[in-house]
Amino acid sequence: MCKLFGTILVYFFIFDFSHALYFHIGETERKCFIEEIPDETTVLVNYKVEVFDPRTGGFMQSTQGIGMHVEVRDPDMKTILSRVYSAEGRISFTSHVPGEHVICLYSNSTKWIGGTQLRVHLNIQVGEHTIDYANVAQKEKLSNLQLRIRQLLDQVDSITKEQEYQRYREERFRGTSESTNQRVFWWSITQLAVLVCMGAWQMKHLKSFFEAKKLV
Amino acid sequence: MDTTRAAFLWVIALAVLESATSVELTFELQDNAKDCFFEYIQKNTSCTLEFQVVTGGSYDVDVQLLAPNKDVIYRQVKSQFDSHTFTTDTTGDYAICFSNEFSTFSHKLVYMDLQVGEEAPLPGMGHSTVMTQMETSADSVHKALLSVADFQTHHRLRESQGRKRAEDLNERVFWWSLIETACILVVGIGQVCVLKNFFSEKRPQTYHRLG
Repeated sequence: MCKLFGTILVYFFIFDFSHALYFHIGETERKCFIEEIPDETTVLVNYKVEVFDPRTGGFMQSTQGIGMHVEVRDPDMKTILSRVYSAEGRISFTSHVPGEHVICLYSNSTKWIGGTQLRVHLNIQVGEHTIDYANVAQKEKLSNLQLRIRQLLDQVDSITKEQEYQRYREERFRGTSESTNQRVFWWSITQLAVLVCMGAWQMKHLKSFFEAKKLV
Repeated sequence: MDTTRAAFLWVIALAVLESATSVELTFELQDNAKDCFFEYIQKNTSCTLEFQVVTGGSYDVDVQLLAPNKDVIYRQVKSQFDSHTFTTDTTGDYAICFSNEFSTFSHKLVYMDLQVGEEAPLPGMGHSTVMTQMETSADSVHKALLSVADFQTHHRLRESQGRKRAEDLNERVFWWSLIETACILVVGIGQVCVLKNFFSEKRPQTYHRLG
Protein backbone atom coordinates (compact mmCIF):
# COMPACT_ATOMS: atom_id res chain seq x y z
CA MET A 1 0.00 0.00 0.00
CA CYS A 2 2.81 2.31 0.97
CA LYS A 3 4.57 1.60 -2.29
CA LEU A 4 1.45 2.37 -4.23
CA PHE A 5 1.07 5.66 -2.46
CA GLY A 6 4.58 6.45 -3.56
CA THR A 7 3.68 5.86 -7.19
CA ILE A 8 0.68 8.12 -6.87
CA LEU A 9 2.84 10.93 -5.61
CA VAL A 10 5.33 10.41 -8.38
CA TYR A 11 2.58 10.35 -10.96
CA PHE A 12 1.10 13.44 -9.48
CA PHE A 13 4.34 15.33 -9.72
CA ILE A 14 5.13 14.13 -13.20
CA PHE A 15 1.72 14.80 -14.59
CA ASP A 16 0.97 17.98 -12.82
CA PHE A 17 3.36 20.19 -14.73
CA SER A 18 4.99 18.07 -17.37
CA HIS A 19 2.45 19.22 -19.92
CA ALA A 20 2.41 22.86 -19.04
CA LEU A 21 4.25 25.45 -21.00
CA TYR A 22 7.40 26.83 -19.49
CA PHE A 23 9.77 29.70 -20.12
CA HIS A 24 12.91 31.19 -18.65
CA ILE A 25 13.31 34.51 -16.93
CA GLY A 26 16.13 36.13 -15.03
CA GLU A 27 15.78 36.44 -11.29
CA THR A 28 15.10 40.15 -11.52
CA GLU A 29 12.95 40.15 -14.63
CA ARG A 30 9.20 40.27 -14.74
CA LYS A 31 6.91 38.67 -17.24
CA CYS A 32 3.41 39.81 -17.98
CA PHE A 33 0.54 38.14 -19.78
CA ILE A 34 -2.65 39.70 -20.95
CA GLU A 35 -6.02 38.03 -20.77
CA GLU A 36 -8.86 39.75 -22.55
CA ILE A 37 -11.94 38.44 -20.82
CA PRO A 38 -15.60 39.32 -20.29
CA ASP A 39 -16.84 40.20 -16.81
CA GLU A 40 -17.67 37.57 -14.22
CA THR A 41 -15.19 35.14 -15.68
CA THR A 42 -12.93 32.98 -13.63
CA VAL A 43 -9.25 32.78 -14.41
CA LEU A 44 -7.08 30.05 -12.99
CA VAL A 45 -3.32 30.48 -12.94
CA ASN A 46 -1.06 27.56 -12.09
CA TYR A 47 2.67 28.02 -11.87
CA LYS A 48 5.80 26.37 -10.60
CA VAL A 49 9.26 27.87 -10.39
CA GLU A 50 12.54 26.04 -10.69
CA VAL A 51 15.98 27.51 -10.16
CA PHE A 52 18.98 26.89 -12.38
CA ASP A 53 21.48 24.69 -10.62
CA PRO A 54 25.04 25.32 -11.87
CA ARG A 55 26.29 22.06 -10.38
CA THR A 56 24.05 19.79 -12.43
CA GLY A 57 23.37 22.21 -15.26
CA GLY A 58 19.67 21.60 -14.90
CA PHE A 59 16.73 23.18 -13.20
CA MET A 60 15.83 22.11 -9.69
CA GLN A 61 13.01 22.76 -7.32
CA SER A 62 14.11 25.80 -5.39
CA THR A 63 15.55 25.18 -1.98
CA GLN A 64 16.27 28.52 -0.41
CA GLY A 65 12.73 29.79 -0.44
CA ILE A 66 12.41 31.64 -3.67
CA GLY A 67 8.93 33.01 -4.05
CA MET A 68 6.90 34.55 -6.81
CA HIS A 69 5.17 37.85 -6.70
CA VAL A 70 1.91 37.65 -8.60
CA GLU A 71 0.16 40.82 -9.60
CA VAL A 72 -3.16 41.07 -11.39
CA ARG A 73 -4.49 44.34 -12.70
CA ASP A 74 -7.88 45.01 -14.25
CA PRO A 75 -8.53 47.19 -17.36
CA ASP A 76 -8.67 50.35 -15.21
CA MET A 77 -5.17 49.56 -13.96
CA LYS A 78 -6.50 48.83 -10.51
CA THR A 79 -4.70 46.07 -8.69
CA ILE A 80 -6.95 43.13 -8.01
CA LEU A 81 -4.33 40.94 -6.50
CA SER A 82 -0.73 41.50 -5.50
CA ARG A 83 0.90 38.99 -3.25
CA VAL A 84 3.99 36.91 -2.79
CA TYR A 85 3.44 33.21 -3.17
CA SER A 86 5.78 30.29 -2.75
CA ALA A 87 7.61 28.54 -5.56
CA GLU A 88 4.47 26.74 -6.58
CA GLY A 89 1.07 28.28 -6.67
CA ARG A 90 -2.49 28.11 -7.80
CA ILE A 91 -4.30 31.40 -8.01
CA SER A 92 -7.79 32.07 -9.16
CA PHE A 93 -9.64 35.32 -9.53
CA THR A 94 -12.90 36.48 -11.04
CA SER A 95 -13.14 39.53 -13.25
CA HIS A 96 -15.67 42.24 -12.46
CA VAL A 97 -14.90 44.58 -15.33
CA PRO A 98 -14.64 43.29 -18.90
CA GLY A 99 -11.40 43.98 -20.69
CA GLU A 100 -7.71 43.32 -20.64
CA HIS A 101 -6.43 41.86 -17.41
CA VAL A 102 -2.70 41.88 -16.94
CA ILE A 103 -1.09 39.08 -14.97
CA CYS A 104 2.52 39.73 -13.99
CA LEU A 105 4.95 37.30 -12.43
CA TYR A 106 8.28 38.17 -10.88
CA SER A 107 10.42 36.61 -8.22
CA ASN A 108 10.76 38.15 -4.79
CA SER A 109 14.51 38.27 -5.20
CA THR A 110 16.11 41.38 -3.74
CA LYS A 111 19.12 41.29 -6.03
CA TRP A 112 19.57 44.32 -8.23
CA ILE A 113 21.60 42.80 -11.02
CA GLY A 114 22.51 39.31 -12.08
CA GLY A 115 20.90 36.43 -10.30
CA THR A 116 20.27 33.05 -11.75
CA GLN A 117 17.88 31.87 -14.39
CA LEU A 118 14.44 30.78 -13.35
CA ARG A 119 12.26 28.34 -15.18
CA VAL A 120 8.58 29.07 -14.78
CA HIS A 121 5.95 26.49 -15.66
CA LEU A 122 2.73 28.26 -16.32
CA ASN A 123 -0.79 27.34 -17.18
CA ILE A 124 -3.58 29.86 -17.47
CA GLN A 125 -7.12 28.66 -17.92
CA VAL A 126 -10.10 30.88 -18.53
CA GLY A 127 -13.85 30.49 -18.20
CA GLU A 128 -15.36 27.05 -18.36
CA HIS A 129 -11.92 25.47 -18.72
CA THR A 130 -11.35 26.18 -15.04
CA ILE A 131 -14.12 23.83 -13.97
CA ASP A 132 -13.00 20.49 -12.66
CA TYR A 133 -15.71 18.18 -13.97
CA ALA A 134 -14.49 15.17 -12.02
CA ASN A 135 -15.21 17.15 -8.90
CA VAL A 136 -18.60 18.35 -10.14
CA ALA A 137 -19.69 14.82 -11.04
CA GLN A 138 -18.71 13.55 -7.66
CA LYS A 139 -20.31 16.35 -5.70
CA GLU A 140 -23.62 16.51 -7.52
CA LYS A 141 -23.79 12.83 -8.36
CA LEU A 142 -24.38 13.35 -12.06
CA SER A 143 -24.49 10.60 -14.64
CA ASN A 144 -22.26 10.72 -17.68
CA LEU A 145 -24.88 12.29 -19.87
CA GLN A 146 -25.90 14.78 -17.22
CA LEU A 147 -22.29 15.75 -16.83
CA ARG A 148 -21.93 16.24 -20.57
CA ILE A 149 -25.04 18.43 -20.67
CA ARG A 150 -23.68 20.36 -17.73
CA GLN A 151 -20.50 20.97 -19.70
CA LEU A 152 -22.51 22.07 -22.73
CA LEU A 153 -24.41 24.55 -20.59
CA ASP A 154 -21.19 25.98 -19.24
CA GLN A 155 -19.84 26.31 -22.75
CA VAL A 156 -22.93 28.09 -24.02
CA ASP A 157 -22.76 30.33 -20.99
CA SER A 158 -19.23 31.41 -21.69
CA ILE A 159 -19.98 31.92 -25.38
CA THR A 160 -22.90 34.16 -24.46
CA LYS A 161 -20.70 36.16 -22.14
CA GLU A 162 -18.11 36.54 -24.85
CA GLN A 163 -20.82 37.68 -27.24
CA GLU A 164 -21.96 40.35 -24.79
CA TYR A 165 -18.39 41.46 -24.34
CA GLN A 166 -18.05 41.62 -28.12
CA ARG A 167 -20.97 44.02 -28.24
CA TYR A 168 -19.49 46.14 -25.49
CA ARG A 169 -16.22 46.41 -27.35
CA GLU A 170 -17.89 47.07 -30.65
CA GLU A 171 -19.59 50.01 -28.98
CA ARG A 172 -16.26 51.36 -27.81
CA PHE A 173 -14.76 50.86 -31.23
CA ARG A 174 -17.60 52.78 -32.82
CA GLY A 175 -17.17 55.51 -30.22
CA THR A 176 -13.53 55.88 -31.13
CA SER A 177 -14.24 56.01 -34.84
CA GLU A 178 -16.95 58.59 -34.36
CA SER A 179 -14.67 60.68 -32.21
CA THR A 180 -12.00 60.57 -34.92
CA ASN A 181 -14.55 61.57 -37.51
CA GLN A 182 -15.72 64.50 -35.37
CA ARG A 183 -12.20 65.65 -34.72
CA VAL A 184 -11.24 65.57 -38.37
CA PHE A 185 -14.40 67.49 -39.27
CA TRP A 186 -14.02 70.21 -36.66
CA TRP A 187 -10.36 70.52 -37.21
CA SER A 188 -10.73 71.11 -40.93
CA ILE A 189 -13.21 73.90 -40.19
CA THR A 190 -10.95 75.38 -37.53
CA GLN A 191 -7.98 75.20 -39.85
CA LEU A 192 -9.92 76.99 -42.55
CA ALA A 193 -10.87 79.74 -40.10
CA VAL A 194 -7.30 80.03 -38.85
CA LEU A 195 -5.99 80.33 -42.40
CA VAL A 196 -8.53 83.00 -43.36
CA CYS A 197 -7.85 85.02 -40.21
CA MET A 198 -4.14 84.69 -40.70
CA GLY A 199 -4.30 85.87 -44.30
CA ALA A 200 -6.52 88.82 -43.44
CA TRP A 201 -4.29 89.84 -40.56
CA GLN A 202 -1.17 89.57 -42.72
CA MET A 203 -2.65 91.79 -45.41
CA LYS A 204 -3.93 94.36 -42.94
CA HIS A 205 -0.71 94.48 -40.98
CA LEU A 206 1.54 94.75 -44.04
CA LYS A 207 -0.68 97.39 -45.58
CA SER A 208 -0.48 99.62 -42.53
CA PHE A 209 3.23 98.95 -42.31
CA PHE A 210 3.88 99.99 -45.89
CA GLU A 211 1.73 103.07 -45.47
CA ALA A 212 3.62 104.05 -42.36
CA LYS A 213 6.94 103.63 -44.18
CA LYS A 214 5.56 105.55 -47.15
CA LEU A 215 6.32 102.76 -49.56
CA VAL A 216 2.95 102.93 -51.28
CA MET B 1 -8.05 -4.30 -2.09
CA ASP B 2 -10.74 -1.72 -2.60
CA THR B 3 -8.48 1.16 -1.61
CA THR B 4 -5.78 -0.09 -3.93
CA ARG B 5 -8.21 -0.10 -6.80
CA ALA B 6 -9.49 3.34 -5.93
CA ALA B 7 -5.94 4.65 -5.80
CA PHE B 8 -5.17 3.04 -9.13
CA LEU B 9 -8.24 4.67 -10.65
CA TRP B 10 -7.08 7.99 -9.29
CA VAL B 11 -3.77 7.59 -11.04
CA ILE B 12 -5.53 6.80 -14.29
CA ALA B 13 -7.87 9.73 -13.81
CA LEU B 14 -4.97 12.10 -13.22
CA ALA B 15 -3.13 10.76 -16.23
CA VAL B 16 -6.21 11.20 -18.41
CA LEU B 17 -6.98 14.64 -17.05
CA GLU B 18 -3.56 15.92 -17.88
CA SER B 19 -3.21 14.10 -21.16
CA ALA B 20 -4.02 17.14 -23.22
CA THR B 21 -3.55 20.81 -22.76
CA SER B 22 -4.34 23.90 -24.60
CA VAL B 23 -2.57 27.03 -23.55
CA GLU B 24 -3.57 30.43 -24.77
CA LEU B 25 -1.24 33.28 -23.96
CA THR B 26 -1.12 36.89 -24.96
CA PHE B 27 2.14 38.59 -24.17
CA GLU B 28 4.09 41.68 -24.94
CA LEU B 29 7.15 41.27 -27.11
CA GLN B 30 9.64 44.08 -26.60
CA ASP B 31 11.57 45.55 -29.49
CA ASN B 32 14.73 43.62 -30.36
CA ALA B 33 13.59 40.82 -28.09
CA LYS B 34 13.20 37.11 -28.55
CA ASP B 35 10.81 35.18 -26.34
CA CYS B 36 10.79 31.42 -26.22
CA PHE B 37 8.28 29.04 -24.73
CA PHE B 38 8.89 25.36 -24.19
CA GLU B 39 6.73 22.37 -23.71
CA TYR B 40 7.50 18.77 -22.99
CA ILE B 41 5.57 16.71 -25.53
CA GLN B 42 5.32 12.93 -25.89
CA LYS B 43 6.06 11.49 -29.30
CA ASN B 44 3.33 10.88 -31.89
CA THR B 45 1.19 13.65 -30.51
CA SER B 46 -0.65 15.92 -32.84
CA CYS B 47 -0.14 19.56 -31.93
CA THR B 48 -1.46 22.80 -33.30
CA LEU B 49 0.24 26.11 -32.94
CA GLU B 50 -1.60 29.30 -33.70
CA PHE B 51 -0.41 32.84 -33.38
CA GLN B 52 -1.48 36.33 -34.26
CA VAL B 53 0.08 39.72 -33.78
CA VAL B 54 -2.50 41.95 -32.13
CA THR B 55 -0.73 45.31 -32.19
CA GLY B 56 2.55 46.97 -32.91
CA GLY B 57 4.52 48.06 -35.94
CA SER B 58 3.35 46.45 -39.13
CA TYR B 59 1.84 43.53 -37.19
CA ASP B 60 4.55 41.05 -38.02
CA VAL B 61 6.78 38.71 -36.10
CA ASP B 62 9.30 35.94 -36.76
CA VAL B 63 8.23 32.55 -35.49
CA GLN B 64 10.28 29.40 -35.11
CA LEU B 65 9.32 25.99 -33.90
CA LEU B 66 12.23 23.84 -32.75
CA ALA B 67 12.32 20.12 -32.09
CA PRO B 68 14.21 18.79 -29.05
CA ASN B 69 17.29 18.18 -31.24
CA LYS B 70 17.23 21.85 -32.34
CA ASP B 71 15.86 21.06 -35.80
CA VAL B 72 13.62 23.73 -37.19
CA ILE B 73 10.19 22.20 -37.78
CA TYR B 74 8.47 25.34 -38.86
CA ARG B 75 9.57 28.87 -39.53
CA GLN B 76 7.78 32.04 -40.52
CA VAL B 77 9.44 35.34 -41.21
CA LYS B 78 7.58 38.60 -40.66
CA SER B 79 4.26 36.87 -40.45
CA GLN B 80 1.06 38.38 -39.09
CA PHE B 81 -0.87 35.24 -38.23
CA ASP B 82 -0.74 31.57 -39.01
CA SER B 83 -1.69 28.16 -37.81
CA HIS B 84 0.47 25.08 -38.04
CA THR B 85 -0.33 21.48 -37.19
CA PHE B 86 2.46 18.99 -36.67
CA THR B 87 3.01 15.55 -35.23
CA THR B 88 5.91 15.02 -32.91
CA ASP B 89 8.60 12.47 -33.84
CA THR B 90 10.42 12.34 -30.55
CA THR B 91 9.61 12.89 -26.93
CA GLY B 92 11.17 15.99 -25.50
CA ASP B 93 11.11 19.72 -25.03
CA TYR B 94 9.79 21.57 -28.04
CA ALA B 95 10.49 25.27 -28.28
CA ILE B 96 8.40 28.02 -29.82
CA CYS B 97 10.30 31.25 -30.33
CA PHE B 98 8.87 34.62 -31.22
CA SER B 99 11.41 37.12 -32.36
CA ASN B 100 11.11 40.83 -32.86
CA GLU B 101 14.81 41.28 -33.52
CA PHE B 102 14.28 43.05 -36.81
CA SER B 103 12.24 45.79 -35.24
CA THR B 104 14.11 48.49 -33.39
CA PHE B 105 11.34 50.59 -31.96
CA SER B 106 7.94 48.95 -32.01
CA HIS B 107 7.01 46.46 -29.35
CA LYS B 108 4.28 44.03 -30.13
CA LEU B 109 1.40 42.19 -28.59
CA VAL B 110 1.35 38.57 -29.63
CA TYR B 111 -1.34 35.97 -29.08
CA MET B 112 -0.34 32.33 -29.03
CA ASP B 113 -2.35 29.15 -28.73
CA LEU B 114 -0.71 25.79 -28.40
CA GLN B 115 -2.91 22.74 -28.44
CA VAL B 116 -1.25 19.48 -27.56
CA GLY B 117 -3.01 16.20 -28.24
CA GLU B 118 -6.68 15.51 -28.27
CA GLU B 119 -9.01 17.13 -25.82
CA ALA B 120 -9.28 15.08 -22.64
CA PRO B 121 -12.59 13.23 -22.38
CA LEU B 122 -14.88 13.95 -19.49
CA PRO B 123 -14.24 11.80 -16.43
CA GLY B 124 -16.04 8.49 -16.75
CA MET B 125 -16.33 8.76 -20.52
CA GLY B 126 -13.67 6.63 -22.07
CA HIS B 127 -13.53 6.09 -25.79
CA SER B 128 -14.10 2.39 -25.27
CA THR B 129 -17.70 2.61 -24.07
CA VAL B 130 -20.41 2.48 -26.68
CA MET B 131 -22.30 5.73 -26.78
CA THR B 132 -26.03 6.14 -27.15
CA GLN B 133 -27.40 8.44 -29.82
CA MET B 134 -28.04 11.09 -27.21
CA GLU B 135 -24.47 10.94 -26.03
CA THR B 136 -23.15 11.07 -29.57
CA SER B 137 -25.15 14.16 -30.40
CA ALA B 138 -24.19 15.79 -27.11
CA ASP B 139 -20.62 15.10 -28.08
CA SER B 140 -21.02 16.70 -31.49
CA VAL B 141 -22.72 19.72 -29.93
CA HIS B 142 -19.76 19.99 -27.60
CA LYS B 143 -17.34 19.90 -30.54
CA ALA B 144 -19.40 22.48 -32.41
CA LEU B 145 -19.40 24.78 -29.39
CA LEU B 146 -15.66 24.42 -29.11
CA SER B 147 -15.23 25.58 -32.66
CA VAL B 148 -17.67 28.45 -32.00
CA ALA B 149 -15.48 29.54 -29.11
CA ASP B 150 -12.45 29.25 -31.37
CA PHE B 151 -14.00 31.44 -34.04
CA GLN B 152 -14.98 33.90 -31.35
CA THR B 153 -11.38 34.13 -30.23
CA HIS B 154 -10.27 34.87 -33.77
CA HIS B 155 -12.96 37.45 -34.20
CA ARG B 156 -12.00 39.03 -30.88
CA LEU B 157 -8.37 39.30 -31.95
CA ARG B 158 -9.30 40.78 -35.29
CA GLU B 159 -11.60 43.24 -33.60
CA SER B 160 -8.99 44.27 -31.09
CA GLN B 161 -6.51 44.76 -33.92
CA GLY B 162 -8.94 47.12 -35.62
CA ARG B 163 -9.90 48.86 -32.41
CA LYS B 164 -6.33 49.48 -31.34
CA ARG B 165 -5.52 50.90 -34.74
CA ALA B 166 -8.56 53.19 -34.57
CA GLU B 167 -7.54 54.41 -31.11
CA ASP B 168 -4.09 55.07 -32.46
CA LEU B 169 -5.47 56.98 -35.41
CA ASN B 170 -7.71 59.04 -33.17
CA GLU B 171 -4.79 60.10 -31.03
CA ARG B 172 -2.62 60.86 -34.04
CA VAL B 173 -5.30 63.01 -35.64
CA PHE B 174 -5.66 64.91 -32.39
CA TRP B 175 -1.96 65.66 -32.01
CA TRP B 176 -1.38 66.35 -35.66
CA SER B 177 -4.20 68.90 -35.74
CA LEU B 178 -2.80 70.68 -32.71
CA ILE B 179 0.69 70.77 -34.17
CA GLU B 180 -0.49 71.90 -37.57
CA THR B 181 -2.51 74.76 -36.08
CA ALA B 182 0.56 75.86 -34.15
CA CYS B 183 2.63 75.61 -37.35
CA ILE B 184 0.23 77.83 -39.32
CA LEU B 185 0.30 80.47 -36.62
CA VAL B 186 4.07 80.44 -36.29
CA VAL B 187 4.68 80.51 -40.05
CA GLY B 188 2.09 83.28 -40.57
CA ILE B 189 3.51 85.56 -37.92
CA GLY B 190 7.06 84.68 -38.93
CA GLN B 191 6.38 85.60 -42.56
CA VAL B 192 5.20 89.06 -41.62
CA CYS B 193 8.17 89.62 -39.30
CA VAL B 194 10.67 88.57 -41.96
CA LEU B 195 9.04 90.76 -44.54
CA LYS B 196 9.07 93.75 -42.17
CA ASN B 197 12.70 93.18 -41.35
CA PHE B 198 13.53 93.05 -45.01
CA PHE B 199 12.14 96.53 -45.59
CA SER B 200 13.37 98.16 -42.40
CA GLU B 201 16.97 97.10 -43.11
CA LYS B 202 17.08 98.51 -46.65
CA ARG B 203 15.81 101.98 -45.78
CA PRO B 204 18.81 103.40 -43.87
CA GLN B 205 21.20 102.20 -46.59
CA THR B 206 19.38 104.02 -49.42
CA TYR B 207 19.17 107.20 -47.36
CA HIS B 208 22.89 107.01 -46.82
CA ARG B 209 23.69 106.72 -50.48
CA LEU B 210 21.38 109.61 -51.36
CA GLY B 211 22.89 111.83 -48.73
